[in-house]
Amino acid sequence: MSDSFAVYIHWPFCKSKCPYCDFNSHVRDTIDEARWRAALLAELDHAADTLAGRRIESVFFGGGTPSLMAPETAGALLDRLASRWGLDDKVEITLEANPTSVEASRFAGFRAAGINRASLGVQALDDASLRFLGRGHDNQQARAAVGLAARHFPRYSFDLIYARPGQDVDAWRSELRDGLAMAGDHLSVYQLTIETGTAFASAYARGDFVLPDEETQGALYETTQELLDEAGLPAYEISNHARPGGESRHNLVYWRYGDYLGLGPGAHGRLTRAEGKFATRNLRSPEAWLKAVEANGHGSEEELPLNADERRDEMLMMGLRLREGISRARFAGETGRDFETVLGSRLAPLIEGGFLTLDETVLRATDAGRQRLNAVLASLLA
Amino acid sequence: MTDLRHIRNFAIIAHIDHGKSTLADRLIQTCGGLDLREMRAQVLDSMDIERERGITIKAQTVRLAYKAKNGESYVLNLIDTPGHVDFAYEVSRSLAACEGSLLVVDASQGVEAQTLANVYQAIDAGHEIVPVLNKVDLPAAEPQRVREQIEEVIGLDASGAVEISAKTGLNIEGVLEALVERLPPPVGDADAPLKALLIDSWYDAYLGVITLVRVKDGVLKPGLKIRMMATGATHTLERVGVFTPKGVTVPELGPGEIGFLTAGIKTVADCKIGDTITEEKRLAAEPLPGFKPVQPVVFCGLFPTDAADFEKLRDSLAKLRLNDASFEFEPETSVALGFGYRCGFLGLLHLEIIQERLTREFDLDLIATAPSVVYHIHLTNGSMMMLHNPVDMPDPVRIDHMDEPWIKATILVPDDYLGSILALCEERRGIQKELTYAGKRAMVVYRLPLNEVVFDFYDRLKSVSRGYASFDYQLDGYEEGDLVLLNILVNGDPVDALAIVVHRANAERRGRALCERLKDLIPRQLFLIAIQAAIGGKVIARETVKALRKDVLAKCYGGDISRKRKLLDKQKEGRKRMRQYGKVEIPQSAFLAALKMGDE
Repeated sequence: MSDSFAVYIHWPFCKSKCPYCDFNSHVRDTIDEARWRAALLAELDHAADTLAGRRIESVFFGGGTPSLMAPETAGALLDRLASRWGLDDKVEITLEANPTSVEASRFAGFRAAGINRASLGVQALDDASLRFLGRGHDNQQARAAVGLAARHFPRYSFDLIYARPGQDVDAWRSELRDGLAMAGDHLSVYQLTIETGTAFASAYARGDFVLPDEETQGALYETTQELLDEAGLPAYEISNHARPGGESRHNLVYWRYGDYLGLGPGAHGRLTRAEGKFATRNLRSPEAWLKAVEANGHGSEEELPLNADERRDEMLMMGLRLREGISRARFAGETGRDFETVLGSRLAPLIEGGFLTLDETVLRATDAGRQRLNAVLASLLA
Repeated sequence: MTDLRHIRNFAIIAHIDHGKSTLADRLIQTCGGLDLREMRAQVLDSMDIERERGITIKAQTVRLAYKAKNGESYVLNLIDTPGHVDFAYEVSRSLAACEGSLLVVDASQGVEAQTLANVYQAIDAGHEIVPVLNKVDLPAAEPQRVREQIEEVIGLDASGAVEISAKTGLNIEGVLEALVERLPPPVGDADAPLKALLIDSWYDAYLGVITLVRVKDGVLKPGLKIRMMATGATHTLERVGVFTPKGVTVPELGPGEIGFLTAGIKTVADCKIGDTITEEKRLAAEPLPGFKPVQPVVFCGLFPTDAADFEKLRDSLAKLRLNDASFEFEPETSVALGFGYRCGFLGLLHLEIIQERLTREFDLDLIATAPSVVYHIHLTNGSMMMLHNPVDMPDPVRIDHMDEPWIKATILVPDDYLGSILALCEERRGIQKELTYAGKRAMVVYRLPLNEVVFDFYDRLKSVSRGYASFDYQLDGYEEGDLVLLNILVNGDPVDALAIVVHRANAERRGRALCERLKDLIPRQLFLIAIQAAIGGKVIARETVKALRKDVLAKCYGGDISRKRKLLDKQKEGRKRMRQYGKVEIPQSAFLAALKMGDE
């Protein structure tokens, strides 16, 4: 059992809902922030009793739009984490933020509260695309916000979304170059996917727009790899690129299948206890979560033990996303068995096909394998 | 026993929806077989039974009592026959049990192809035919035009056609009077050795097998030891009776009468339709003419989608066969589809009925392979084998030549669509035999190879004529054909379930179509997939499913894990329905869709 863990804190509110987003985000006219702060602190305290003595690896404020919180709320939570477990300077503390001028104006406050890394939802670098994606900022604001983030935070990253309607390789290449010019040590580059239940899902079904075909998507992905490799920000995960040492430590905890505590509505967690590893899930509805915390001190909806097959599947699902792969030692530690025993004859064709490599220390998906990881996992875990 | 002179036996010939059942109901009601309240209860009940027994497959009889205008009382026996070409032999035996037929034609729709085939059968059986124009009360009715059509197309005198509305009950008397006046009474000799025609049989959970018969000579009564002349089986008669339509036991059935018997018979397979029943102690000198053992014409493989349902499929087929001895089944193993049964049917409708009953009544999810006809393969060693399944095709070097079954098809179609119909028939290697017009409708007669017809011919016929063409056929012998086995290979391995026998001239087109279709049905995978159509070692068409270029979740963080794992679990579940071809896995749904595919 690793003694460190990551903390995820979910702020479920947004100014408006983006049409592609299927995260647990909600738009509310007014938010009683003092009440929310108290509830998050209460849930944190509740968890602290069972996780006492362990070390915090990273903290991540996600959402929703956590940059809409008052910096004091983030500060209060970080103070409490520090008093419960201690937070030294090395702990990565990330805040997701939208690059609007209002939010950027509070960067100084967030930095003062203890945030040392910002992750900005820039998404695109032209106004038409930003309107299509339903973002509340324009290109000018985004650039200004990135500049501010660079000034205020020791580390920053921003997100871009590609494979938008009509986007071809040339257009993406120039946009990505544009983005690289203002990049810090980290970039997240996602493909636009249509998630069920979103506004895009209905619009797409109606035929309001079409997405680039699989070939173009493939070419866009390959272009991304090529360009960012050259620029010194290779992919360390399927959609995440960093200069060496600039990787998001928080997200690495997920992908390495480490422990993380989820606080706030709909937050998930993976926590190893004496009895084994558990999947935790909080109540999704903000109001239901709030009431539950006020009544019981926590907003947990369920905690399920994960059996060996589930841990195997999750570890492979997450770990093969990383360029570094999964070490034999960690796999054996989690499942009690080695790759050959667990995966048997399914390994060979994928290794022969050039999608996986396996040596004395690590199972890894190749570049080709990561690009097709769904199919690789399907073959591997059937 | 009824006096022969007071018996009239008749069948009703009609196209579907032209009012056969309504007319039958009216006749029963008018003759007091059932009162109005019972009509509802009784007729509906018997329809349920009918459904259990296999809808169009079984014949039904009703005995009606009618007091005619001449003051005499008559027994009218109505035989309701299945009307479809697949059951042509069964229909012929039903017709052989009667002396006349009512030809019911919708007064606005006119004569249809199915009506034609049946009416010619009735004429061949020596029937007196009474044309009846139904639905004359409808505004669109054109009795005069339809009367002319009957005369032109069928060549029957329609001047005496009875105009009725079965729905409103208009002129039902007229039909009954025509039956009495125009149909000849049956002939027969009560003292001659017993000869009764076996019309049909079905299984009843309480009484065992119930057999419908028409007595020609002699008398059937309980206790009599009977002998089936074709099978040689003997049984002791338990009871005889008639349907009114309720089943009623009677002391005996004499010449000219139609009714049922039970004799402790275990399965319907022991009751061959068309067999002659005689008396064990006093055998008839020779059986009634026209008996033919039933031969399945169309074969296909039926496989459960879920391999766990194999035993359920076996039990269900056995249950259906209890009541329908005309289809065959034997176990078949397919690499692509697993364990299933090769089944033989009287025709495509029969195949559909059985398949639908398996799905509906037995709740089975099935995959059917492409229907195949029975080929006669003449081997170089002089012997002949019947090929029911393309995968059993012998090595071509052992084959001297192959014969395939042909049919004579009759198609009636409004002349606007005639061109497309002719093109369709030509494309299917058809040979035109006749082309005549009656009003704005054309009647074409084509000889066609049956294997061209079992392959989506109905669907194409319907689509090119927008549903206006009607079609019927009869088997018309075997002829030598230049036939080849077309295999579909996935990464070099033949997919047994997709193998078909085709005419050499069509092989490339069919092979190309199958490859193209499969290409769209097989999802891209990690590896390239080659789909080929081949005759022997020669590849005649090829398609490639390119390897996946990108297939990955863009975003996967903490919260997503559980959800994504569940998606993966679902995917794993789906893969149980995949078939492995080398490194490639092909979803069963791809085979299913390929098997359902159309030609174009």
